[in-house]
Amino acid sequence: MAQRRTSTAAKDAATAAPTKAAPATATSANRGDKAGATARTASRRTASRRVSADAGGGANGVISAVPVLKTYKLYIGGKFPRSESGRTYPVRGSSGEFLANAAQASRKDARDAVVAARKAFGGWSGATAYNRGQVIYRIAEMLQGRRAQFVELLMTAEGYGAKAAAAAVDASIDRLVHYAGWTDKLAQVFGSSNPVAGPFFSFSTPEPTGVVAAFAPQDDSLLGLVSVIAPIITSGNAAVVVTSEARPLPAVTLAEVLATSDLPGGVVNILTGSAAELGTHLATHADINALDLTGVDGQLRIALARDAAGTVKRVYTPHGTPDFTKTSGTARLRAFLETKTVWHPTGAISLAGGSSY
Amino acid sequence: MADSTRALARRGSGSGGSVTPGSAAPWEYAPAPESAASGRIKPRYQMFVDGRFVDGRGGDVPTINPATEGELAQVSWASVDDVDDAVRAARRAYNTVWSKMSGLARGKYLFRIARGIAERSRELAVVETLDNGKPIKESRDADIPTAAAHFFYHAGWADKLQHAGFGPHPKALGVAGQVIPWNFPLLMAAWKIAPALAAGNTVVIKPAESTPLSILVLAEIMQDAGLPEGVVNIVTGAGDIGAYLVNHPGIDKVAFTGSTAVGKLIQQSLAGTGKKVTLELGGKAANIVFDDAPIDQAVEGIVNGIFFNQGHVCCAGSRLLVQESVEDEVISKLRDRISTLRLGDPMDKNTDIGAINSAEQLSKITELSAAGDAEGAHRWTSPCPVPDKGFFFPPTVFTDVSQSMRIAREEIFGPVLSVLTFRTPDEAVAKANNTPYGLSAGVWTEKGSRILGMAGALRAGVVWANTFNRFDPTAAFGGYKESGFGREGGRSGLAAYLDTDSDTADEGAA
Repeated sequence: MAQRRTSTAAKDAATAAPTKAAPATATSANRGDKAGATARTASRRTASRRVSADAGGGANGVISAVPVLKTYKLYIGGKFPRSESGRTYPVRGSSGEFLANAAQASRKDARDAVVAARKAFGGWSGATAYNRGQVIYRIAEMLQGRRAQFVELLMTAEGYGAKAAAAAVDASIDRLVHYAGWTDKLAQVFGSSNPVAGPFFSFSTPEPTGVVAAFAPQDDSLLGLVSVIAPIITSGNAAVVVTSEARPLPAVTLAEVLATSDLPGGVVNILTGSAAELGTHLATHADINALDLTGVDGQLRIALARDAAGTVKRVYTPHGTPDFTKTSGTARLRAFLETKTVWHPTGAISLAGGSSY
Repeated sequence: MADSTRALARRGSGSGGSVTPGSAAPWEYAPAPESAASGRIKPRYQMFVDGRFVDGRGGDVPTINPATEGELAQVSWASVDDVDDAVRAARRAYNTVWSKMSGLARGKYLFRIARGIAERSRELAVVETLDNGKPIKESRDADIPTAAAHFFYHAGWADKLQHAGFGPHPKALGVAGQVIPWNFPLLMAAWKIAPALAAGNTVVIKPAESTPLSILVLAEIMQDAGLPEGVVNIVTGAGDIGAYLVNHPGIDKVAFTGSTAVGKLIQQSLAGTGKKVTLELGGKAANIVFDDAPIDQAVEGIVNGIFFNQGHVCCAGSRLLVQESVEDEVISKLRDRISTLRLGDPMDKNTDIGAINSAEQLSKITELSAAGDAEGAHRWTSPCPVPDKGFFFPPTVFTDVSQSMRIAREEIFGPVLSVLTFRTPDEAVAKANNTPYGLSAGVWTEKGSRILGMAGALRAGVVWANTFNRFDPTAAFGGYKESGFGREGGRSGLAAYLDTDSDTADEGAA
């Protein structure tokens, strides 16, 4: 499984066609953190052109310094497909410069993502809590390994200063570590043995709700995204995530982290595009059990909450504007948990003397 | 009445059908009627608002005894203005008294109420049976004692909320608007009121239009307990009053138990209001019998699962999934056992199956059963005599049922069992989960590992293994999927009445 995913990612990277001017991670990661995002982007793009010119004039063409740019695609079922609709939309940096074309997910992509999530749910929710914890910790490890890339990306894509970008990436790593340690605590913290008034053994245990459609924050493209995804998958749910529309690039790069973290394909599916366009399809989809409406507000949030009623979805909406820099509570964890109560007669040890049922 | 409902000790070809040697006729059950007088039914009941019994402005409407179709009492119904008054009283009580009282003091009122219910349990059982139609043995042995237990359990939480797992300073929500169904009138009132009060909320609650009496007796108990005025307000009426209550801008929390259709409307109309909502809706539970099950016990469980309370139970085991290899044996024993169930006067202590709660519900059961015939299922009806008066429906079992039939998909909410079969455990799980509902399920097998495996695989809020229809205030109850969300009972039930939605650890709720 892991091998297949890895090879898929590798293949994807290998076949990724260079686009016009997507951030070139290899070169940018080596760059210093002093300049402002705008200046950096501009200089990088200039540098790209210059490198191109140099390469064009190279002697043999065997070694080229032309950066390979990334095609930003969706992440569905552990694979990186383009939108089936063929649509893309331009993503711009904080001062309006072109960064990349992102895939604009369609209704069909959303439905494919739900199918993938449902398929993955059984295995992920059935995995041991220890295993889920290790996988989520592995996500933190992979994110740590790509720290510089994400810092760069946040500076470019969000206009963060170097310190703020580094803080957001470090907080995202910490968040994952925090939730990695929750997987095997949930049942003890939120479950119970019930002292019922009769000869029965009764226990209540938390279980994942199922497939959760989450709308990631529009303006906090990495820490907000991680803070939404992590509590959903910690308890064994599968997620279909609609990213920030204007700032989708960290999410797609995070998908590469997820794809190399032993997280089974389909547990997290990432759609870039418009929450307004995809929202209704997800909120009315009968195979989605819950919504996280963190990233939508106003009339759209109300409309989606209303749509959710048609299939009695659980709907999580944060109080006010969440501050993801603060320590997480358990509200997001609990929002996507069910309590299952199981009863069995206790009976008599010998089973003699008639029915113990 | 008694004559027409007197059932024979055994009927049909069951093994116990033989008569005592030498006697000319089979033994009969002598009627053992509970005294209606102990219900102390009054000719007229008022609503309960701000600590007083007051006339509603919705006019007087009779409540009937479904077993006789005769009028039981007049009930003064609320108008929307009365709901406004009740919400105002609840708000005032919350602001001035209840939110300022210590948890220990709140708990002591709840303990008093628990005691009061126990003290008046015989009276309450009679009231419940007369108004609802359920057998007296069930109201006496299940509904009323469990209602008292619910108050007793939650009383103890009132001063221990910081230990409930929702942070060090859990806060109440404010005023709770609650709407409850007719199938367990007093018990549902207890499920709603006790946790709300323990968590520090005040309450406006609307009982079902056909079963308003027992909660109004509970109001007397609360009054006698000295519960501060306005902490619990009871408004009587039909669905329009319920809709007005749950959409009232003056309430902070909505709790509803009832049909999935109405639950969806409530969830829809409250979208975006920020009010906390919990819904306990319908079900279509699978009761799964494996070939290694203790068949005799399983048959008892199947009977209890679908015929308890005439099948007016959201978690009723209405889909029997029986392994093919034991189908014939199970069905044969089941028919024998069902044939011994006595249907009739709910006040008779021998009665197993009482009256359907209303003409409307009876026609729904009749209609859905007709759909079973029309879609090709095979109907078997208990040969028990059915009284000429009152709303009764004899125990019915459909075999040759397929998953696509309405009787396998829709909640019948009556004494009608749909039997499906399976070959492998995987098939049983797939069929059991093949429903938009997810409230409860039953598993019958002697194999422990299979029980635990099935319990994990079933997408249902309650799984009963080698038993069925067990309830306890310490054990969380509530559904997956379209059976609703939120839990009642246990620690997770408290979450429904506390502000637990803060996003970060330092906002109070952890």
